[in-house]
Amino acid sequence: MRLPRPRGPLSAHVLRMLEAGSPTDTGIECRAEVIRDADVQLTLWVLYELAYRGFDHVPDSLEWDPDLLRLRGRLEVLFEDELRRSVRGLVDSVRDVADAAEQVLAMVARTDGVSLSTFLRREATRDQVLEYLRERSVQQLKESDPQSFLLPRIAGAAKVALAEIQYDEYGAGDPALLHQELYARALAAAGLDPTYGAYVDEVSAVSLASANVMSLFCLNRRLRGAALGHFAAFEASSSVPSRRVVAGIERVGLAAEVSAYFDEHVEADAVHEQIAARDVCGTWVAEHPDLRDDVLMGAAAALHLDALSAEDLMSRWQTTEVEGMGEAS
Amino acid sequence: MSDARVRVCPEGPILLRGARSVVDEQGVEHVPARPVVAICGCGKSARKPWCDSTHKSVPGTSPVTSS
Repeated sequence: MRLPRPRGPLSAHVLRMLEAGSPTDTGIECRAEVIRDADVQLTLWVLYELAYRGFDHVPDSLEWDPDLLRLRGRLEVLFEDELRRSVRGLVDSVRDVADAAEQVLAMVARTDGVSLSTFLRREATRDQVLEYLRERSVQQLKESDPQSFLLPRIAGAAKVALAEIQYDEYGAGDPALLHQELYARALAAAGLDPTYGAYVDEVSAVSLASANVMSLFCLNRRLRGAALGHFAAFEASSSVPSRRVVAGIERVGLAAEVSAYFDEHVEADAVHEQIAARDVCGTWVAEHPDLRDDVLMGAAAALHLDALSAEDLMSRWQTTEVEGMGEAS
Repeated sequence: MSDARVRVCPEGPILLRGARSVVDEQGVEHVPARPVVAICGCGKSARKPWCDSTHKSVPGTSPVTSS
């Protein structure tokens, strides 16, 4: 993959260091809000990618460069702090539910922000559906990869349950059913570029943050509880919206291969949400009760970012509609 | 079928592992396409016998409607 274009001074600095192959530590100004900061989120995305697919002409050894890791660590503290602040209310709202799996499922059911999937099903234009596919591509083209880093960090029944879901996500023995590949085929069938990282330059800060949060949780062992909670909430908030997205894709007349990815997730995630909430999170919290709050924080973070992402796209599209109406009158 | 395992999820679907086929109420045989499948437990799925998470919008079948 080629390096993306910078989105501000911090990413410009880091991209220059990667191009030169000789990083040095860099101070960063203190920022309280980083989720909507495209400069910070792109920097994190690039630093994380060194652990996944890497970049053309950037030495693979930089994955473990101490200066880059130190910078990443500082950005991660800001990201984690903002997430924890943002989700406190949602986590507190399920304190009265006894079981950890039920707490995660209850949070999913109580999150009723702007319904992006309902808009996609009923009203979105073909261009808006395509924009949605591009925004999601930064996380879907590496779908399930962050959680593979999580497997060695857990043991026993929770590990078996996670591996069972991952096996399904990775095609259950059939390369044609690899989910990230299904997404690439959906992009191609929609006339979009299926190349890994093709749309990094244009997606929103929140889309990058939604991809980055998985790396934050899954690449840091101390956040393994949050990673498990995020995973369960992510799986549990997918089946119903996927059904609506299928209907939207069909309504705007895109090819069947575009909706096939979402169609697969209707049934797959109806299974995965039960296993992820009960057998992964429930089992794991029973053995690690001291880390229950981290599991809940991770679940809430997934839902929070999902809500921000919906708000982001909906406000962008509503602004466009108002402008369009102004021009017409 | 001797290795098949069934798990009933509270207010949710029935998880089935290792089944070779599922015969619905009309006698039609369905072959599971994944290692674990979720069988509709609320009767409202549009993809029966498989669960499509419709139970979440059916009053009384969601795990949180009672709280």
